[in-house]
Amino acid sequence: MTRPGMWDALCGVVRRDLLLAMRRRSDAAMPVFFLVIVASLFPLGVGPEPAVLRTIGPGVLWVAALLACLLSLGRVFTADYLDGVLEQMVLIAQPLPVLVVGKVFAHWVIAGVPVVLLSPLLGLQFGLDGEAVAVLALSLLLGTPTLSMIGAIGAALVLGVRGSGLLVALLVLPLYVPVLIFGAGAVASSLAGVGAEANLSLLGACLVLSLFFAPWATAAALRIALE
Amino acid sequence: MGINWLKYSAPQAFYPLAGKLIPWFSVVAALAVAAGLYIGLLVAPTDFQQGESYRIIFVHVPAAWMSMFLYVVMALWAAFGMGLNARLSFMMAQAIAPTGAMFTFLALLTGAMWGKPTWGAWWVWDARLTSELILLFQYAGVMLLRTSIDDLRRADRASGVFALVGVVNIPIIYFSVKWWNTLHQGASVSMTAAPKMAATMLTAMLLMTFGFWMYSVAVILARSRCVILEREQLLSWNKPASMPDAVEVR
Repeated sequence: MTRPGMWDALCGVVRRDLLLAMRRRSDAAMPVFFLVIVASLFPLGVGPEPAVLRTIGPGVLWVAALLACLLSLGRVFTADYLDGVLEQMVLIAQPLPVLVVGKVFAHWVIAGVPVVLLSPLLGLQFGLDGEAVAVLALSLLLGTPTLSMIGAIGAALVLGVRGSGLLVALLVLPLYVPVLIFGAGAVASSLAGVGAEANLSLLGACLVLSLFFAPWATAAALRIALE
Repeated sequence: MGINWLKYSAPQAFYPLAGKLIPWFSVVAALAVAAGLYIGLLVAPTDFQQGESYRIIFVHVPAAWMSMFLYVVMALWAAFGMGLNARLSFMMAQAIAPTGAMFTFLALLTGAMWGKPTWGAWWVWDARLTSELILLFQYAGVMLLRTSIDDLRRADRASGVFALVGVVNIPIIYFSVKWWNTLHQGASVSMTAAPKMAATMLTAMLLMTFGFWMYSVAVILARSRCVILEREQLLSWNKPASMPDAVEVR
């Protein structure tokens, strides 16, 4: 009998989490609906001036995406923590950071990819032109995995703590600021005609850094939570 | 040289040592701050561009330095605590957080007071101001996470991990004036180049920094004594002197 390798473990975790999410589709869809509703509230609140909407659009859409990601963070580990699956994951003979990468990837597919796919539609609501919409989708494609990676650290730290929903927001939102600045900055600089390459490169750098460091920090936080 | 330093990693040995050191650090801090304020407010020349309002930097710059320095020290103590499994290290990390948050707030407050006459605005969304504000949120996060978790061991470790993750922000604050060419002026003092200010100004600033540093040590030692008393109140060494045989009575 051959022992399953690291790759099998990673794929297994991703498949399991996606399957669980598909069994409860409405749960997974809620943050996305939240994003659409929040993004639609701003034109109603600020007023339908196309020039104003175009100015605030990138920032509003990025903040909405950030909040939508935050809302779904509780689901990354909580259910597994409560029914004991997480404990088994810590115990099995595969490195915990690899399993964390699998869980975070699944979270991104459930919570991040719909945001990326919906963003052109929301961009049109704010009167962004074709190029800016493309940059918005690209910046979200590069930025949302970073949000999931950083968010997983916070989600692991507050596992089982009272008031964890609010606490994770207070911990994670300050760490989201660079991604927000570069993401909204990419769209804004494309609107200003300067070109978005610099901000997109910085977003990519954030993604690489968080891919490298966040799984270790998350694994350490999970071990602390399960002690 | 003959002193067993590891002995003081035990809270019951550290407690009296901290008690003996606090007055010394307090006196040095008071002297340095008094001298720094005297030179800064009375001796140092008026700035030809900014007039008298520049003098707030004698509080602002040392406070900003201490806010970053204390964060790194706090993260280091937390890392020691996790690596060496020493409970005093976590108590030190816990004692540092409020002082660091206070200096961060002081740096932001004095910056706003300086910005109003100089820039004409209390606050601008400049890279350095924003990253310093995030540092304040991080201090708040470390303290909130610690108080939200009831299990002491987990609270220590979880807030330690969060503090270590947040260290990413420290180089961003430090280099923000170099990386983003925004409103906040560049560094006036650096290790490699000659300082771009009069010698008396530099003396005052360094004296204030030294004073703030010594003040931090004194306050952190005092707070760590409180933390020790609070955490170890059930241990036998930590009984009130008035009832030395309290355990036997119970």
